Amino acid sequence: MDYATLLQILDTTLRLATPLLLACLAGLYSERAGVFDIGLEGKMLMAAMSAAAVAAITGSVWVGLAAGILGALLFALVHGLASITFRGNQLIAGVALNFVASGITVLIAQDLFGQGGRTAPLSGGARFNAITLPFAEALAGVPVIGPLYAEVISGHTLLVYVALALVPVTWWLLYRTRFGLRLRAVGENPASVDTAGVSVVRLRFTAVLITGALCGLAGAYMSTGLQAGFGREMTAGRGYIALAALIFAKWRPWQALGATMLFGFFQALALRQDVITKTIGIAIPVPALDALPYILTVIVLAGLVGKAIPPRAGGEPYVKER
Amino acid sequence: MEKLPKWADVALVPLISLILAAVVSALVLLAIGESPAQALKVMVEGALVSPYGWGYTLYYATSFMFTGLSVTIAYHAGLFNIGAEGQAQLGGLGVALVCLALPWPHWTLALPAAMIGAALFGAAWAAIPAYLQAKRGSHIVITTIMFNYIAAALMIYVLVELLRPQGQMDPASARFPAGAALPTLHEIPGLSLIFTKQVPANISLFVALAACVVIWAILWRTRLGYEIRSFGKSEAAARYAGISGVKVTMVAMLISGALAGLMSINNVMGESGRLLQNASEGAGFIGIAVALMGRNHPLGVFLAALLFGFLYQGGAELGLWTSIPIELRTVVQGLVILFTGALDQMVRMMLGVVFRARRLKAA
Repeated sequence: MDYATLLQILDTTLRLATPLLLACLAGLYSERAGVFDIGLEGKMLMAAMSAAAVAAITGSVWVGLAAGILGALLFALVHGLASITFRGNQLIAGVALNFVASGITVLIAQDLFGQGGRTAPLSGGARFNAITLPFAEALAGVPVIGPLYAEVISGHTLLVYVALALVPVTWWLLYRTRFGLRLRAVGENPASVDTAGVSVVRLRFTAVLITGALCGLAGAYMSTGLQAGFGREMTAGRGYIALAALIFAKWRPWQALGATMLFGFFQALALRQDVITKTIGIAIPVPALDALPYILTVIVLAGLVGKAIPPRAGGEPYVKER
Repeated sequence: MEKLPKWADVALVPLISLILAAVVSALVLLAIGESPAQALKVMVEGALVSPYGWGYTLYYATSFMFTGLSVTIAYHAGLFNIGAEGQAQLGGLGVALVCLALPWPHWTLALPAAMIGAALFGAAWAAIPAYLQAKRGSHIVITTIMFNYIAAALMIYVLVELLRPQGQMDPASARFPAGAALPTLHEIPGLSLIFTKQVPANISLFVALAACVVIWAILWRTRLGYEIRSFGKSEAAARYAGISGVKVTMVAMLISGALAGLMSINNVMGESGRLLQNASEGAGFIGIAVALMGRNHPLGVFLAALLFGFLYQGGAELGLWTSIPIELRTVVQGLVILFTGALDQMVRMMLGVVFRARRLKAA
């Protein structure tokens, strides 16, 4: 594999890892607060459809983005209502919302556009367009680093950079603010937070809504950044890969970046069969690459490479003592 | 909170949940400018009025009974098996390997062999998540989700690279020998008087009904069932009583996987006659809805499977004859899971208010 090919693959990696990263960080907030969320997929899908539909109608990607976030927030609200207010089963709520999203996105898109469940194709101002970072062209001539900067780091859509920036922001919020301390505490031992006079319900709702908003970004990126429009089931299991990445990262922000980049790299490699065959001399079947993130996660879950221990109070609805 | 009478908890809670799911679905239909009444009419006519429609409804219901029972038995052990889908896919592989291995002379020989293949492969796919849960404490929900995706990738590989006959384009196995074809309800003497046209519902329906009875007997009439249920109710108490958590987790998940695998005799052997990609078509996930709706009791699973069979056949008819997309059934499925599985406390609270008012009035 030559340097130019490597750069191409890394460029694709970054593009494909972005929705995973956004969804992974989304899940991090909710799960760190003690609400398991296997409904990331559904929220992303809902956001992808809302964003693409509204962007197509208004012609503005910004209005579309807002609609995408709203769509995901709506689902997050239902998830919070079921799992916090009514103390229902968080996992079942997530599964249920995934199914509702899978169906209702097609119903709405079909009703609005009548194109077999797709939204109208987006172009121009209705999409996020690539941003060329400063000096990208001037530096392109510098050996090694120049092409890396110009081809891999520069030339992505805004949401890619937002996703990357959210990693340190999340780290800071989680480990350097009072809110973050409380958020982590409510996921480990909600009773202690309650005793300190802080509302468990409000904290968990805040976390679940942040999850919704970030899933909104992830979904909007899928339909208005990565692709130009919504198609049925377009998230294709990315919500679950993000969940896998979250476990792989053991619920920590910087590791989440690493895990999603790794899984994004696998996805990028799966698109370039020819390169794998040329580099290592044998053809790895595409299904094996597709399954790799899941297999790695099972290995981590099995405790073969370090142990993934979820937040202690995760999955348990909090009942105040009376 | 007001404690509900048992009959209300068993019958009224799922019924109200179902009504809520139906109301929300109707609102969705109104929102996209369709008529809910018209939709219901098309669904009933397509699924319940003619024996032909019933032939499809029962075909779907057969698969859902197997997957519903699969989720049920795991649930009683306190395990939420989301992996029935992957286990059903692998069960299909088991059926295909058995059916293609020999030139079967008659279905009476092929069916038991295929059932063993289906159950073994389904159970094997559940075994690893079960072991990881029992021994390493890895959360079964997450591992079974992962195994669904691994199963999907594995099946694509097996179908494209190994089972696909030379010169065939689509990823599917060769056709099974004629002797491995199961009789449909149209071909069974006596029933053929009702089902005068060829229908997909086949002899596996009776296997599924038998499975309902067997699972009921295991759960409530054997020592194993007692162990499973007590472990599911309280792990600590069960362990104190000398029940092995590892054994219960493993056995319950193996039975669960075997049941999910067994659905493949219906769709792979009974209907398509060869192994197709994504053969189970989400039936494993519908098992979750069926088990929740059926309150994790085999009788409830049977009734809920019929309901979802109706929903599936009716939904397909909607896709054919109206402008309502077939995906409506996924929405209803999700809503049923939401209301019966996650918002059940809300329904109980609502009913509690009603019962309390009635009690106070009587007093």
